[in-house]
Amino acid sequence: MTERTDAPALLEMRDISKTFGASKALSHVNLTVHAGEVHALMGENGAGKSTLMKILSGAYTADPGGTVLIDGEPVTLGDPLKAKAHGIAVIYQELSLAPNLSVAQNMFLGNEPARFGLADRAEMRRRAEPILKQLGIGFSAARRVAGLSLGERQMVEIARALTTKARIIVMDEPTTSLTTRETDRLFDVIARLKADGIAIIYISHRMEEIYQLSDRVSVLRDGAYVGTLERAGLSAGTLVSMMVGRDLSSFYKKEHRQAEGARPAVLSVDTIGDGVRVHDCSFEVRAGEVLGIAGLVGSGRTELARLVYGADRRATGTVTLNGKALAIATPRDALDAGIAYLTEDRKALGLFLDMSISDNINIGVIAGDAKAGGVLNFAKARDRALAAIKTLSIRTAGTQINVGALSGGNQQKALLARLLETKPRAVILDEPTRGVDVGAKSEIYRIIDALAENGIAVVVISSDLPEILGIADRVLVMREGRIAGEVTQPIEQEAIMALATGTAGQAA
Amino acid sequence: MAASETEDARMDRLKLRSTLTALGMLPVLVLLAIGFHLLSGRFLSVNNLSIVMQQASINTVLAAGMTFVILTGGIDLSVGSILAASAMIAVIVSLVPDLGMLGIPAAIAAGLACGFLNGAIIAWLKLPPFIVTLGSLTAIRGVARLLGNDTTVFNPDLPFDFIGNGTLFGVPWLAVIAIATILVSWFILKRTVLGTWIYAVGGNAEAARLTGIKVPLVLLFVYSMSGLLSGLGGAMSAARLYAANGLQLGQAYELDAIAAVILGGTSFVGGVGSIWGTLIGALIIAVLSNGLILVGVSDIWQYIIKGLVIIVAVGLDRYRLKGISRT
Repeated sequence: MTERTDAPALLEMRDISKTFGASKALSHVNLTVHAGEVHALMGENGAGKSTLMKILSGAYTADPGGTVLIDGEPVTLGDPLKAKAHGIAVIYQELSLAPNLSVAQNMFLGNEPARFGLADRAEMRRRAEPILKQLGIGFSAARRVAGLSLGERQMVEIARALTTKARIIVMDEPTTSLTTRETDRLFDVIARLKADGIAIIYISHRMEEIYQLSDRVSVLRDGAYVGTLERAGLSAGTLVSMMVGRDLSSFYKKEHRQAEGARPAVLSVDTIGDGVRVHDCSFEVRAGEVLGIAGLVGSGRTELARLVYGADRRATGTVTLNGKALAIATPRDALDAGIAYLTEDRKALGLFLDMSISDNINIGVIAGDAKAGGVLNFAKARDRALAAIKTLSIRTAGTQINVGALSGGNQQKALLARLLETKPRAVILDEPTRGVDVGAKSEIYRIIDALAENGIAVVVISSDLPEILGIADRVLVMREGRIAGEVTQPIEQEAIMALATGTAGQAA
Repeated sequence: MAASETEDARMDRLKLRSTLTALGMLPVLVLLAIGFHLLSGRFLSVNNLSIVMQQASINTVLAAGMTFVILTGGIDLSVGSILAASAMIAVIVSLVPDLGMLGIPAAIAAGLACGFLNGAIIAWLKLPPFIVTLGSLTAIRGVARLLGNDTTVFNPDLPFDFIGNGTLFGVPWLAVIAIATILVSWFILKRTVLGTWIYAVGGNAEAARLTGIKVPLVLLFVYSMSGLLSGLGGAMSAARLYAANGLQLGQAYELDAIAAVILGGTSFVGGVGSIWGTLIGALIIAVLSNGLILVGVSDIWQYIIKGLVIIVAVGLDRYRLKGISRT
């Protein structure tokens, strides 16, 4: 584009790293942003975008070794107030406004113009009005925030940033909760900010927005800086391949025989939906097949699984198991039919942390094992628990230890054991390796592989693309509550990302 | 190896802590008993201990029911009112010629019906237990007064008066019933599928639902159980007094029952606790009442001391939860 080489960049982040305990969230990342530019930041979930922005806003401190330059001068950010003083503002997705105060009061919150120690409301309004005008905002500074729409509230957030003379504004997925009209308004405002020489760092998964808005795009992957594309060189194909990269670890296990098309479908889901977050989803899983479900966070994968399992009420659709239509209204119905579901949030929705490992493993089958009158069968429970501890190699000092005392990986295996005890014919595993160390991960892959080997229909929901590639025979990709498409062998990450971000038409 | 050793050590510590939690308030009970004996010189007499057991018995029965409810993370404020209404029914039915013994099953059935109603509203309409049972506390109190036209009903020839004043092998019948209640509750909680479900629902209701446990049925059961035991408590009260009064009987009994459960180490948020703890909690309250009278503490100060003990107990509950909080 135009030559910017002579003037120093407005913001330059050089060699930024961030370590949390043993894991490296960012490794030697560079980012250069010029005045009056919309700079998009892209990457998969967990690529390090948020971490980088938190360092910029002073919420995190970067590891020593990196530098941040503003107008060519090195600065230390370290805490949010310093970052603010350097003209850095972040528009939060979860809006941080006080609903019962006026627009003007919110704009100057914590920064009120004062006279004789009292907040000067007249002065506040006098200073607020031109800023609102500059943004082309139609509502008055005296309005109460509670009466504003989400899009309008976001405008107030941007206006607030301008009261502190912000020169760099970070917007993290700003359009997720906006209507199309509000999105257009936001883009208008961004154009005005640009014209005033303000730099925007724009984080979004939506390709259309990136095309429409950005002057340049920087891509992060696994905490590392991949590169920056100029607007002219922007193509969905290059972007996606930069985002997903290519490194397949060997520790995935896929030894179960590929399910041939001839094998019967075990679980068939037809046009299921809840009318809100999941619409018209249909798919089939065959015996001995591992079906992956990919998609961005919020694309409706977990919601879909919960509908199939009867955890939430469905508005449309049917579930069929081995050719038999099921009337699933509760998880109990699904379990009785032979469908089991592993929750993505084992602590909040899965485990009974105050109960023993044995109880946690047996809770789904104690009723069936019970002696007359519902009396617990301790011998059977102990046998089941010991067998599960052995086959899934759960590391524990005994069956009566509280499950809360186990490590994340062992907790996850205990939860898997509970699900397997119900002898399901189809399982839906939602993020089965989330928060699990590498060793336990490969053991969980081994378990998944063994399930398929035994003819169980397996669905694995995962945000970890290499994982999906490593274990799935076939991948469904969800976007905005619908199944955007299916990727069959050979499974390419690019194809998945293209479907997930809605660029399937453009992808090379 | 080092890592696994520290993990073992951590588990040992957890085991020790859970043992301490189970022992809970027993040392407090023992210290109180010894203290009162030293101060009064007659607390630990056979005669007085028999009185303490009788005094503890009705609260123990109510607190056993309350334990079921609190283990699911709920609360039942209506037990005192249910006790009053059931006692009224027990005395009224006992006046029927030849069928007087039916007063006991009638009282228990009435309590069960009230508890079932509480449970149905909480389980199926999904209203907060505190509000539902606060409402039934008031409404059932009204019913109790209505039953006797707001007067005291008497039956000097109560056919089941042995329950209130007789003994079985030297042990007061009231205490026998209380102990039997504790044993049955223990069996249900620790030896049956239902008991495991109760702990599961209290520990994590949403996980319980996703595991296929019918949470509404579990809730229905615990409130029904609490109502049934309140009805039994009503029959015990009636048997002891040969009379019942819908206005005065059972006032604030729910507070003593809740206090006993909490003193016994059952967590207010559910999922953790034991029926033995409840028994100890109920005994502590009875020992306090009895001992403070023996020592000659005035009625007013008894209230203040009992109240403070409840607050300290809740404080201990918090401390304990913090102690075993996991990462």
